[in-house]
Amino acid sequence: MEVPLLKQGDFLIATIQAALTDADLLHLRKALVQQVVRFRSRGVIVDVTSLDVMDSFASRTLREVAQMIRLRGAETVIVGIQPDVAFAMVQLGLKLEDVTTALDLEEGLAHLSRKSTNGA
Amino acid sequence: MRDFKPVANDIHVSINSDQDIVAARQKGRTLAASLGFSSGDATLIAAAISELARNIVTYAKSGEIQLKELNGSTRQGIQVVARDNGPGIPDIPQALRDGFSTSGSLGLGLPGVKRLMDEFEIVSADTSGTIVTAKKWKP
Repeated sequence: MEVPLLKQGDFLIATIQAALTDADLLHLRKALVQQVVRFRSRGVIVDVTSLDVMDSFASRTLREVAQMIRLRGAETVIVGIQPDVAFAMVQLGLKLEDVTTALDLEEGLAHLSRKSTNGA
Repeated sequence: MRDFKPVANDIHVSINSDQDIVAARQKGRTLAASLGFSSGDATLIAAAISELARNIVTYAKSGEIQLKELNGSTRQGIQVVARDNGPGIPDIPQALRDGFSTSGSLGLGLPGVKRLMDEFEIVSADTSGTIVTAKKWKP
C-alpha cells in the first residue's frame, strides 16, 4: 500500500490511508526524505488519522522520519493520532520524543506556517 | 518443527512476514469487536497482537498467532497465544523489564503487552521456542 505524497506550497503532506506493513513504512520513510529534497520542502506532515494501530515499529519509523527530515533542515508534524491509538501507545511505552504532533491536518499546517513566517 | 494442529473455532494466523503481522492484528480486532469489546479495548488487543507477532518475525522468523474466545462462568474474554520454535528467551524476568532488548531495537515489547492485557504468561525453553499466552476480559 503506497502512501500518496501531496505537495502543497512549501510543505509535503503524506496521508496514510490504510494499515501499513513494515515494508510500506520503510518505503514511506525513503520517499519522504527524497521528496523533501526534490521539492525543497520546509515542512512535512504525516497524517495518521486512519491508522488503527501504532506499534513499536511504526512509532520508531516515524521518529526516524522526523530525525532525517530535520537533518535536511525541515520539520515534520505527525497529525491525527486517534485517542484509542494514543492510549495504547502510552500503555506500550512507545514515545514519539522530539517529534511535533498536532490534532489534525489543519493544526499541523497552521504550526508549519507559523514556523515559516517566523523564519525559525 | 512442531505441528500446530488447528482447533475448531480458533483463529490461526501463520506468522512468517511483516504482512502477517498486519493480518494477525486485524483478525484480532475483528474478533474482539465481535465479542463486544469496546473500540478502545479492541485497539489495545490489536496493539498487543502486533507486538507479539513482531517478536515472532524478529526473533523466531516464523510461528503462529492463535486467537480464541474465552467463556468464563461470569465473564467473556479473548485469548491470544503466540507460538514459535525460535531460540527461546533465556531470561524471562529480564525480558519483562522495560527497555530491555537483545536485538538493539526497542526491546521485546513484552512489558508493554503485559500492561495492555489482563493476564499474561510466558513459557520458553532453548529447544522448544516460546509460547506467550495473553488474555483480556470484557469489563
